[in-house]
Amino acid sequence: MSTSPRLLVEPGRVVLSGCWTLAEMLPQLAALEAKLVACTSHNDWDLSEITRLDSAAAVLLWRTWGARWPDGLVAAELHRQVLKRVAELPQEIAEQARPRLRFPEMVGALLLKAVGNLLGMIALFGQLLLDAAYLVRHPQDVPWKEFTANVYKAGAQALAVTALVGFLIGVTISYLSALQLKSFGADLFIVNILGISIIRELGPVLVAVLVAGRSGSAMTAQIGVMRVTEEIDVLSTMGISRTIRVVLPKIFGLTVAMPLLVLWTSAVAMFGGMLAALLQLDLSFAYFVDNLPRAVPVANLVIGLSKGVVFGFVIAIVACHFGLHVKPNTESLSASTTSAVVTAITTVILFDAIFAVFTRNIGVP
Amino acid sequence: MNPSPVIELNGVGVSFGGKAVHRDLSLRVEEGQIVGLLGGSGSGKTTLLREILGLLQPDSGTIRLFGIDLNDPDVDRQRNLRRRLGMLFQQGALFSALSVFDNIAFPLRELRCLDADWIRRLVHLKLAMVGLEPTHGKLMPAELSGGMVKRVALARALALEPELLLLDEPTAGLDPDRSQNFVELVGSLQRELGLTVVMVTHDLNTLAGLATHVAVLADQRIIAFGPKDEVMTVDHPFVTGFFGADRRKLL
Repeated sequence: MSTSPRLLVEPGRVVLSGCWTLAEMLPQLAALEAKLVACTSHNDWDLSEITRLDSAAAVLLWRTWGARWPDGLVAAELHRQVLKRVAELPQEIAEQARPRLRFPEMVGALLLKAVGNLLGMIALFGQLLLDAAYLVRHPQDVPWKEFTANVYKAGAQALAVTALVGFLIGVTISYLSALQLKSFGADLFIVNILGISIIRELGPVLVAVLVAGRSGSAMTAQIGVMRVTEEIDVLSTMGISRTIRVVLPKIFGLTVAMPLLVLWTSAVAMFGGMLAALLQLDLSFAYFVDNLPRAVPVANLVIGLSKGVVFGFVIAIVACHFGLHVKPNTESLSASTTSAVVTAITTVILFDAIFAVFTRNIGVP
Repeated sequence: MNPSPVIELNGVGVSFGGKAVHRDLSLRVEEGQIVGLLGGSGSGKTTLLREILGLLQPDSGTIRLFGIDLNDPDVDRQRNLRRRLGMLFQQGALFSALSVFDNIAFPLRELRCLDADWIRRLVHLKLAMVGLEPTHGKLMPAELSGGMVKRVALARALALEPELLLLDEPTAGLDPDRSQNFVELVGSLQRELGLTVVMVTHDLNTLAGLATHVAVLADQRIIAFGPKDEVMTVDHPFVTGFFGADRRKLL
């Protein structure tokens, strides 16, 4: 018995035979469709030779017949049932409407989303304050283990990568500045340039960008997956506050780890700069270290470390906010993680600008 | 018509972290059989299904579907083989980023041969088959109830008109009425298309209403396989325990 679907036009009737299933039709689909179209005028169809008829083939036949039963149809009861199921479908199946967004609507939706996110972060901040007040009254509930785990994950494990990036940036800035300074005969100012730029500005911002990409995305993804798998809800049903156990340790962990990372990265970057200065300008380490406090008042270090604290807090709160608003599907998870990193870095730069304005008279000799 | 059995497992062994899950397991399912796969929790029923699907490579032994070895290096042959089977995963495993309609349409679109109208009709047909309304097509998987997820997943498994249907706990989480509908649906599909079905189930009603054959998985291998009423009389602690008092009712 042949398995491939076949169509024979005999005088006065159409005879179908073989296996009319999707898998068997696929190799010769175009030819079969063409043959069927040529037969639309026939009214006598003999389907009794068909061994198998699946719903894909039934839909094809039903379309060929113009959505009505041919008068002279011969078919086994089993196959008639398959066709009947197709026939019972509503004749006109509406195409799925795709929502179309107009430009003003899009802008408005974006604006509303931004406002919503801002409100969400303010609410999360308020919740944090409430939780902190609760923990002050119930010190035994402080999640120390989660807190230290987060300091280790976001801080200790980031030491290598921040050191590498810091060192390279230090070398680059020192090298490029040295070329300029040499032509003016102002070699000694390399200490001022490196000190102010790295300690006050580059160290904190550099670390913030790295940490936002590294720890911020991880926080969003972790909380997001916990939401998708309903683990967050499990915590609630156990009477454990999700903000105290999940969000708070992340935010305070990063707030503590960030200034330490800033200190570390700035130190390594300064070392890189010193090394480049030694090679390029023959400026000894001893001279550099001696003159650093004179060129760069200690206020700059305080500003740099405070930036670290604020940036860490901002990154963590943005990351946690987006994590908590992940919808239970993969698309939303990826979109939220992207938004979290982008928003965190943008907000960090914004806060950096605010810092620059409000500390413009401080720490510049 | 097809001389080779639909599923043929020979001496399959698999172990996780030194703990043997299957040892020298053999099974032979012929075309048109509806096999109920029984076994205690953790006896490796889902693992067996994953091996049959080729998602899990056994440490030893061979697996043949429709006479084709799963390790066949021919990519085209492998892909065509996969199109001949449909799988209903235990948790549904719907694509969470796609709507119900798109979930069912996805395998059909991947064929790149069918036009949009044909696909739309087929999707609505499958939705109707599993007892869902056309309006349900717009919903996202996250908006569905547990039973609906299962039915959508079945509709998706049926989308490509498979010859071999693997069901992992198909009626768990369905109300008795729905699960009766499900049994009738799979039964009628089987009659119309000559489907071969392998299902893991703990539901005695599903088993009694649907299965023609029963395979019992215990002690890391298939300890009994045969027509339903024969297997029920096998003297093994698991079999007697499982059917227990219900044995008489089912017979």
